[in-house]
Amino acid sequence: MRDLDPFIHFEAISKVFGTVTVVDALDFHVARGEFVSLLGPSGSGKTTLLMMLAGFEAPSGGRIHVDGRRVEHLPPYKREMGVVFQNYALFPHMTIAENVGFPLKMRGVARAEREAKVKRALDLVRLRHLADRRPSQLSGGQQQRIALSRALVYEPKVVLMDEPLSALDKQLREHMQLEIRALHRELGLTVIFVTHDQGEALTMSDRVAVLNRGKIEQFDTPSGLYDRPRTRFVAEFIGETNLLAGRVAQRQGEAATVVLASGGSVTCDRAGPFETDSEVMVSVRPEMLHLVPDAAAPNALPVTVEDHVYHGDHIRLHLAFGESRLVARAGRRDAAPPIGSTAFASFAPGDCALVAP
Amino acid sequence: MSSVSRPGGAAFNAVRLAFAALAVAFLLLPLVAILPLAFTDSVFLVYPISGPSLRWFGALAESQAWTRAIVNSLIIGSGATVVATVVGTLAALGLRRELLPFSGLLRSVFLLPMVVPAVVLGVGMQILYARMGLASSYLGVIIAHAVLCVPFVLVNVASALASIDPALERAAASLGASPVKVFRGVTLPLAMPGILTGAVFAFATSLDEVVITLFVAGPNQTTLARQMFSSLRENISPAIAAAAFIIMILTFALLLAVKGASLLQGLRKKQRVQPSEA
Repeated sequence: MRDLDPFIHFEAISKVFGTVTVVDALDFHVARGEFVSLLGPSGSGKTTLLMMLAGFEAPSGGRIHVDGRRVEHLPPYKREMGVVFQNYALFPHMTIAENVGFPLKMRGVARAEREAKVKRALDLVRLRHLADRRPSQLSGGQQQRIALSRALVYEPKVVLMDEPLSALDKQLREHMQLEIRALHRELGLTVIFVTHDQGEALTMSDRVAVLNRGKIEQFDTPSGLYDRPRTRFVAEFIGETNLLAGRVAQRQGEAATVVLASGGSVTCDRAGPFETDSEVMVSVRPEMLHLVPDAAAPNALPVTVEDHVYHGDHIRLHLAFGESRLVARAGRRDAAPPIGSTAFASFAPGDCALVAP
Repeated sequence: MSSVSRPGGAAFNAVRLAFAALAVAFLLLPLVAILPLAFTDSVFLVYPISGPSLRWFGALAESQAWTRAIVNSLIIGSGATVVATVVGTLAALGLRRELLPFSGLLRSVFLLPMVVPAVVLGVGMQILYARMGLASSYLGVIIAHAVLCVPFVLVNVASALASIDPALERAAASLGASPVKVFRGVTLPLAMPGILTGAVFAFATSLDEVVITLFVAGPNQTTLARQMFSSLRENISPAIAAAAFIIMILTFALLLAVKGASLLQGLRKKQRVQPSEA
């Protein structure tokens, strides 16, 4: 369904600054009503991509379609997109109500209707009682909610958010994540959300585009990214992972047997595109790795316990497997094995992914 | 509490205070020296003052030359302020994004009147004006003063513009404001304190200007400062002190007006806020 309704469509979009290619011939679709995050380290091109969509940067090549219309030559004020900036960008010389009413005023909405809409938009973020204050009298969280209500008040086609929560403290950030998600559901908004925080991207999005050096590494649902990373970058960037170097010894349909560089072999249910003899990395999440006493378990690797660290809700086990170091996550009720003892670390063939080294 | 000492402790603090007091004295003593003489009843510009009197202000008011000079200063000062504020603000806006080639060089050209000796400018303008038919005209003096005032406006407006977060203008554009509306609704109001400060500096500069006025103004455009300058040579009377007093009052009044305007704005903000605080 999704790809049948490409509400926003980037077509071979590129941006070159001098000799540096910041965005490299990207192609992707966003469906109407979808919440999509652009996730990547700084310099990955995620903000540049957003700025091209908002109209603040001109693409060096390619096309952008929104709702069936090419927009890359339109100035920002004709694109009908609500943008929420990292530092809120509220107008300091206007009251909160004037700030929220600004986009309506620009569209020539009559005063009475404007006031009604401003009230509704302020109710949306539950800050109507602050209508007559100045931005400088509000806390960071309040300012961001006002910026949000200002970007929503004229019911734009798309809402773009450029790391809107990065200036807030952790607790407030988590609260705002839920609030933005609720608004997205309630109003059926199409949201493009830029962040470098993978936790934020996973909690909030329908789909996440992981960007690295101007290219999309993987565009997938949060669970798709976490459980089935397709590249080493994604496996390492999203959550935490153990990577075991090896070579594909045999393919059996979708599954493959991998001979590990540190000795032994494992089987993996999802071998992806890797043919026999190709060099690969086996990615296993720490919580998928279990300590077992005997070698009869599937994919059992002989390990020595080097340390265990108490984390409240779980225990982290640091394991040595030949030359490699592995991390496993054990439940708090599991007996922590003594340091220096040997055991086997095992994972199910369905709980791993193969990525290119 | 006073043990929250800065580097060097009490002795260093005392030295700093003394230095500050000296600097303030150096700046203010000339004013303190001349102002009381405006209220003398003697015919000489000397201390001690024999008795207090307003006779020299009366003399100014009665003298055609002095009243004319005051009116001229106000006309020329206002004209030069308007021209310099418009030109300086436009220049600051044009140079803001450094989009123009040689914008650094262009900026220096605008600031040049600050460093070029006034005599050089004066001679140049006199020659130029003679050819253009602007010699001994109000317009000529206003333009000449405006040239001197533009750098003050440019510097003030440029720093006001530099302190505007570019995200604000982007936000306005994304919310549907065309470039003209962004300028009117966001850039201009936020730059206004800088523009007003620049205008005050411009007016004060024009009020104070003598050298270029000597070259380009005719007898009809004699300004207050020029009148003071020439009467210093002709007959040194306390009328000069009274005129100096008037110039100072004018400048102070302007500064107070700008300060008061921004204070009032702050007060109004507070009043508007209070009801919602309850």
